[in-house]
Amino acid sequence: MEEKKNKNGEAKLMKGNEALAEAAIRAKIDAYFGYPITPQSEVLEYLEREIPKRSGLVLQAESEIASINMIYGAAGAGARVMTSSSGPGISLMQEGLSYIASAQLPCLVVNVVRGGPGLGTIQPSQGDYFQAVKGGGHGDYHLIVLAPASVQEMADFVFEGFRLAEKYRNPAMILTDGALGQMMEKVIQPEEGSLPKIKTPWATTGKTKDRDHNIITSLFIKPEEMESVNHQLQEKYRKIERDEVRFEEIKTNDAEIILVAFGLSSRICQKTVDLGREKGIKIGLLRPITLYPYPYKRLNELADQVDFMMSVEMNAGQMVEDVKLAVEGKVPVYFTGRMGGMIPSPDDVLHEIESIIEKQNVLQD
Amino acid sequence: MEMVYCRPDTLTDTPFHYCPGCGHSVVHRVLMEVVEELGIQDKTIGVAPVGCSVFAYHYMNVDMQEAAHGRASAVATGIKRVLPDRYVFSYQGDGDLAAIGTAETIHTVNRGENILMVFINNGIYGMTGGQMAPTSLLGQVTTTSPYGRDVKMVGHPIKIADLLIHLPGAYYVTRQAVHNPNAVRKLKKAFEKSFQYQKEGKGTCFVEVVSNCPSGWRMTPVESIKYLEETMFPAYPLGDLKVPEKV
Ligand SMILES: Cc1ncc(C[n+]2csc(CCOP(=O)(O)OP(=O)(O)O)c2C)c(N)n1
Ligand code: SF4
Repeated sequence: MEEKKNKNGEAKLMKGNEALAEAAIRAKIDAYFGYPITPQSEVLEYLEREIPKRSGLVLQAESEIASINMIYGAAGAGARVMTSSSGPGISLMQEGLSYIASAQLPCLVVNVVRGGPGLGTIQPSQGDYFQAVKGGGHGDYHLIVLAPASVQEMADFVFEGFRLAEKYRNPAMILTDGALGQMMEKVIQPEEGSLPKIKTPWATTGKTKDRDHNIITSLFIKPEEMESVNHQLQEKYRKIERDEVRFEEIKTNDAEIILVAFGLSSRICQKTVDLGREKGIKIGLLRPITLYPYPYKRLNELADQVDFMMSVEMNAGQMVEDVKLAVEGKVPVYFTGRMGGMIPSPDDVLHEIESIIEKQNVLQD
Repeated sequence: MEMVYCRPDTLTDTPFHYCPGCGHSVVHRVLMEVVEELGIQDKTIGVAPVGCSVFAYHYMNVDMQEAAHGRASAVATGIKRVLPDRYVFSYQGDGDLAAIGTAETIHTVNRGENILMVFINNGIYGMTGGQMAPTSLLGQVTTTSPYGRDVKMVGHPIKIADLLIHLPGAYYVTRQAVHNPNAVRKLKKAFEKSFQYQKEGKGTCFVEVVSNCPSGWRMTPVESIKYLEETMFPAYPLGDLKVPEKV
């Protein structure tokens, strides 16, 4: 981990969840509404401890359903608001997220994913990829999804998440996992108050004489109207897909094999890249930072130079579908991963790669 | 000529879509009259439910948000918490408030959320075509209780206001009606008091209106008033259930 120092102060050792919570205070959130669930309860706990001493409001709701609807109300009133949870709680929020996306309200939702399905396990997982990037709730909508891979990014992406959410009036999600939430690393916090507040003339703040009453709604009963709202949303999504794709490439220049991995599994894959290269296998890594919008274009370009790609995930193979879409059949796309709270090791991944190479050699002989 | 009666500024000129004789329109009007008379239009934010009054925001000329089914009081909480100096009200039917939204209702009141909750109890799901509500009376015939509400299957009608008075967060709980001018005057008083209490930061004010649904009840408006008086009011007696303690 690179040790950075800047005017915001010294790098400080922090837990991922706490780094994220601290960043939320520094982003000057007006309110946080949440409900406890492992492995992210530290977020609520940290905010309950710190917010009364500093600024903003924190409220423990009776459920995730209530939290997300409080978020809807407060966001509709023009406030900068955030909630966090883990899989089972995020499932309860899906209805609200669909309403928030439809009503075009900005907010930040954090999913510190644990193993599922069902009550599952409290161990880390990436099993909520589909839920995060493919909708999750009803209707055609997208969340803007950011996937941090370090404690530093847990903090930074709070600012980035709000910036994107407010720019597009769309809910944003930080999709992370229990390991990143619990691990301690050095982090330099973003400067407090450095995220400008947007103007919210559409917010329900009280109808003054100089304007019509503001209405926050997701109900457009006439199909023509509902379709035109959908067109509006889709236009917005195309713009996001054009302008906001973010990813990181590691040793892709001369790579003959590309690993695709986000969040925690991308850190594992970094080690695999090094291990492989020590053995003369030219592996590179593409780490999507935004999971929606997804780096389809770049993966498609990279497909022209490699033998195959492999998606490495802590689930049964969810993102691999997007990698396949991206490469359009130009090269084989494989998947490897562990499920249910298990984490693959760099060696596991390398072993998978070696066995694919072996099979390919046999076919070529 | 002197104008003695007109539409308050707090109502838009959009015609109500409610069925003839439906109590929703009267409650809308009374609530908005009070907002106008108190001069708080610019400080009032409402939350509409999912139910027949889903379009309340088309008629009420104040800033409003449309909530998911049952969630109006959570949405109102979110608004009030970030804008504590505004007057916030939620407006919900009985399916919305007392079935799917029961948890939100109870916890909002338990927190003593400083808002006004308006609760329209018409004993039926109006919007979806007259299904049984948690408030439907024993034996009441609806589209989903075609042989009458059976206590063995679905239990008793829930008297939500009677439950809420036990929560310390509930400051003022009253059950009113709009079936005649006298009842309307009383409802108006209840709304006035509620906004006053909200101004003073007293806690949750809960105003139930035992109302009618002529369409869902398969009655004429006149028959529905008779049914209200003879059948609904005995089950849901009108009057204050909890009033502030005199000091
Ligand atoms: C999650 C969800 N479930 C069901 C519905 C369908 N629905 C719409 S309105 C309604 C009942 C409304 O009844 P009530 O709250 O009593 O209000 P009324 O129409 O009688 O005024 C139902 C079940 C919905 N919109 N959302
Ligand atoms: S269905 Fe019932 S509650 Fe709905 S508008 Fe008609 S009469 Fe009123």
